[in-house]
Amino acid sequence: MADFDYTFYWRAAFESLPEMLDGAWVTVQIAVLSMGLGTLLAVFLTLGAQSDRWMLRAPATLWVSVARNTPALFQVYMLYFGLGTFGLHLGSWLALVAGITFNNAGYLAETFRGGLKAIPATQLRAARSLGMSAPQAYRLIVLPQLLRVVFYPLTNQFVWAVLMTSLGVVVGLTSDLAGVTQALNVRTFRTFEFFAIAAALYFLLAKFVGVMTRVIAWRLFRY
Amino acid sequence: MFSTSLTWNDVLFLLQGAWTTLLLTFLAMLIGTLLGLACGLGRALWPRLTWPLAALLDVFRSVPLLIQFVLLNSLKSIIALDWSAFTVACIVLGCYVTAYCTEIVRSGVLAVPQTTRRAARSLGMSFSQDVVHIVLPMAARVAFPGWINLTLAVMKDTSLVLWIGIVELLRASQTIVTRLQEPLFVLMLAGLIYYGMSLVVARAGAWTEKRWQEND
Repeated sequence: MADFDYTFYWRAAFESLPEMLDGAWVTVQIAVLSMGLGTLLAVFLTLGAQSDRWMLRAPATLWVSVARNTPALFQVYMLYFGLGTFGLHLGSWLALVAGITFNNAGYLAETFRGGLKAIPATQLRAARSLGMSAPQAYRLIVLPQLLRVVFYPLTNQFVWAVLMTSLGVVVGLTSDLAGVTQALNVRTFRTFEFFAIAAALYFLLAKFVGVMTRVIAWRLFRY
Repeated sequence: MFSTSLTWNDVLFLLQGAWTTLLLTFLAMLIGTLLGLACGLGRALWPRLTWPLAALLDVFRSVPLLIQFVLLNSLKSIIALDWSAFTVACIVLGCYVTAYCTEIVRSGVLAVPQTTRRAARSLGMSFSQDVVHIVLPMAARVAFPGWINLTLAVMKDTSLVLWIGIVELLRASQTIVTRLQEPLFVLMLAGLIYYGMSLVVARAGAWTEKRWQEND
């Protein structure tokens, strides 16, 4: 057994808790922003992938398959380093938000596609034959049912988005939870203490999202 | 006209990185599947007894993998263990896969109808015979697509090990980018390799799934 001569300094780590909580707030912001934009884009991707015109179908299909078959970190790298070739230099914050949004949109598009399949086509036809216009039928018949089907995967993706924000530190982001932790780590070299607290905060964030979604699901879907 | 200073050696370097990625994925899946099978069976068959296990495994799913790598890596230095970064990566990824695999196995086992199991027992099979000959083969078919998805997810998540200094595919591409200053092209190459590897695993999975159904 190797000898153990390391003293933990938890106090220094706990004293930086306010800084880390600020970082956690930035993490939440990035996650919410990327989920909101990602959901919006995913709707367009779902519609695009089902389109008859290949001009719409090809890019949507490509987007979804690239988002799902390459690492999220690769996608962030592509935006952070890759776009430099076109003279476009994104900051690490923007690259991270765009990268996670790209990733979320790809995964959610697949979720929505599956959700749409779960709603029988006869429902739409019934609504149309009752005299509803197409937008009305989608808004009043398809969407509420779709929301029920995709709600659970959507919340899952949200937890994923929170965890994915930690990739920002790899492209040099210093304002989110992982970034703040890394900055503190570089200053003090108390790696274990700081990252243990960060892990606990991420865990609490993920659990908090879980509880919140359960409350929202109860509000939305009870009869 | 397109020109690049990428040499054949750089491509070999990338492929070496891809090999590390595959090796990590394989080892993580091996550890995770074996442990996940045991934990998943335990969770499904004795849910009350094994709830602390569920709570523990939940941690691996709720903390970013990047943080897990850093934590174990620093813990290793603290207790002065002589582990390589590769070992650390394998252990963290193994735990990570275990956490997900447990859920996959559990839901697979729970998908086996109670009546089927009772029928097996009333035919005179013992509990262990029921589990080995009835529950596991049926659960495997249910769990397999999820398991393939997990493999794909882990292959992508191995890219995070670059943070603890392992040269896998993404890190290899970074190294080349630093020298050539052609980020877009080299990264696209790395992306293509990831894409190709994912495609092969997904296709192999779909093929196996189909073959299985034919024989049922």
